[in-house]
Amino acid sequence: MNAFWQSLKIAVTALRANKMRSLLTTLGIVIGIATVIAIVSIVEGLNDAFASELAAFGQGSLYIQKFPWANNDWQKFKNFPDIGWKEYDAVERDAKLIDGISPQTRTRQTVKWRNKKLEKVEINGANYQYAAIRGFYPVIGRNFLPLDDERSRQVCMIGHDIAEKLFGPRNPLGEHIRIGIHSFLVIGVINERGDFFDSNLDNFVLIPFSTFTGLFSGRHRGFSIIVRVTDPTRIDAAIDELTGILRRVRKLPLDKPDNFSINQIDALKSMYDKLTGGLYAAMIAVAAIALLVGGIGIMNIMLVSVTERTKEIGIRKALGARRRWILVQFLLEAAIIAGIGGVFGVAFGAALAKLVAKLTPLSASVEGWSVLLGVGFSCAVGIFFGLFPARAAARKNPIEALQHE
Amino acid sequence: MPLIQCRDLHKVYQLGLQEVHALNGVNLDVAQGEYIAIMGPSGSGKSTLMNLLGCLDTPSGGTYTLDGEQVDQLTEDELADIRNRKIGFVFQTFNLLPRMTAMANVEVPLIYAGVPTHERHQLAKEALVKVGLGERYKHKPNELSGGERQRVAVARALINKPSIILADEPTGNLDTKTSYEIMSLVKDLHQAGNTIVLVTHEDDISRYAHRIIRLRDGKIEADEINPDPR
Repeated sequence: MNAFWQSLKIAVTALRANKMRSLLTTLGIVIGIATVIAIVSIVEGLNDAFASELAAFGQGSLYIQKFPWANNDWQKFKNFPDIGWKEYDAVERDAKLIDGISPQTRTRQTVKWRNKKLEKVEINGANYQYAAIRGFYPVIGRNFLPLDDERSRQVCMIGHDIAEKLFGPRNPLGEHIRIGIHSFLVIGVINERGDFFDSNLDNFVLIPFSTFTGLFSGRHRGFSIIVRVTDPTRIDAAIDELTGILRRVRKLPLDKPDNFSINQIDALKSMYDKLTGGLYAAMIAVAAIALLVGGIGIMNIMLVSVTERTKEIGIRKALGARRRWILVQFLLEAAIIAGIGGVFGVAFGAALAKLVAKLTPLSASVEGWSVLLGVGFSCAVGIFFGLFPARAAARKNPIEALQHE
Repeated sequence: MPLIQCRDLHKVYQLGLQEVHALNGVNLDVAQGEYIAIMGPSGSGKSTLMNLLGCLDTPSGGTYTLDGEQVDQLTEDELADIRNRKIGFVFQTFNLLPRMTAMANVEVPLIYAGVPTHERHQLAKEALVKVGLGERYKHKPNELSGGERQRVAVARALINKPSIILADEPTGNLDTKTSYEIMSLVKDLHQAGNTIVLVTHEDDISRYAHRIIRLRDGKIEADEINPDPR
């Protein structure tokens, strides 16, 4: 251990003598590591946001819709029949593996209260089970009742931000707001759920489904069905069951494919994983090139350093340094150069990620493991590319080295 | 048994297609506490002998026993250990490490010997006091005069309590006055019981030794006692 510290001291002394050169050498490493850290931080930020959004969507919920979420061929699904009450009633009646179901549809309307006006607010129509399926609840007031739907009552639950923007500190319960040209009684305020990317999850109004179709769309327009699976671990069984019910109610022959989509958060997740996987692949490519260039830079500078210090190597050998001592000394030097590059790279990468988070709706979270990995990996690059020069140093003949000027 | 025992030492270098016989059967015994000078014109094999005696190289033939250990067949790392423990070098060009203080330079052999930091500092200071540089231990080589640098080198050569001190043209880069100062320092070391092997081509300097060996064409031409060492 003492030997290691001594080698470290020697290496540091040598590097301090060539500060500028050592710093410039680290540039490739800095760029490589900064790329990794920035991208990992941003992707981790995305992951955090995505995880919270997944939770907000409600775990184990399925969406029965005309279009699949992950698709790039809208033409193919355009002619599918709309999802309507026929399907809804069949699922509600026959599905055994679900414990919640709601129709869902949406539009955008202007929302007003007294002299305050919000443009293009998302208006959702759904039943009293919807909040539980999506995993939110009224923080004040109450949820819908089945009766609200049966009577098409003009009542609404409003998102946290809507409450804040329209009413400020005032209690919105019992107030009437205008959605489009219709008046609605506020019966509840939904818990705050935060942002997902640039979309605000607290900026919407929920009204009973039948009220929605009566006032904004009409009974015959298609909608989505959202269901909650009783046991989220049996989500595939639930999909099979729902597929069977839907095929039966639509009387699809065996040789015809499904003409509906059952979407789940997992599908979104796999799409998302593909996207971040692509980002990671691009990052690995950029980082690998930068680290390769950085590593070669280190090898180059170490070869110069070994040649310049041939005399020193000769002296050290004459005074009793074994090969290993010389090897370790130069390896440590390479590792330190690269490690310093790694530290700078982590710092720049983290700063870059924070900057991106500040200037764009993306968030960033700098992970401890990525910092450790960044610095550790750059040290490893240093050692790898330092090995050749260090071996050259260790193998020098002491007599020739001493005669070197 | 003598401290240094060379029997029929040969050294052959391959220079292109040509074989150069740098040493042609050297027999040499040096007893503990002797002060010898090795002299000879360039090409006489002086440097080759000095490299072999200093365990920087191994002979092509013959045996070399240093302080009871036969060293002619050792590996490079084993030779490094021998150099570390048994040989103190003083070079013509001082060969100090430029970025390190006098004290750090003196400590280098102790680092490779695995001596702990605290003890190292202690020993290095003592050695620098011994060569008269007790006050200047914090200076770097470029802040010291030639004579002072060579004193640092002498302190470094002493630090491991070596079996022999090998001084290769120690005054070659010094002016006359400083040369005499260094030679009298070496004389003190001899009087303190150290074995000294001095390599020089200057008669003036060789007169400090008690025994003078002259090399010519890779052989010992003369081996004489200096009746009146300076």
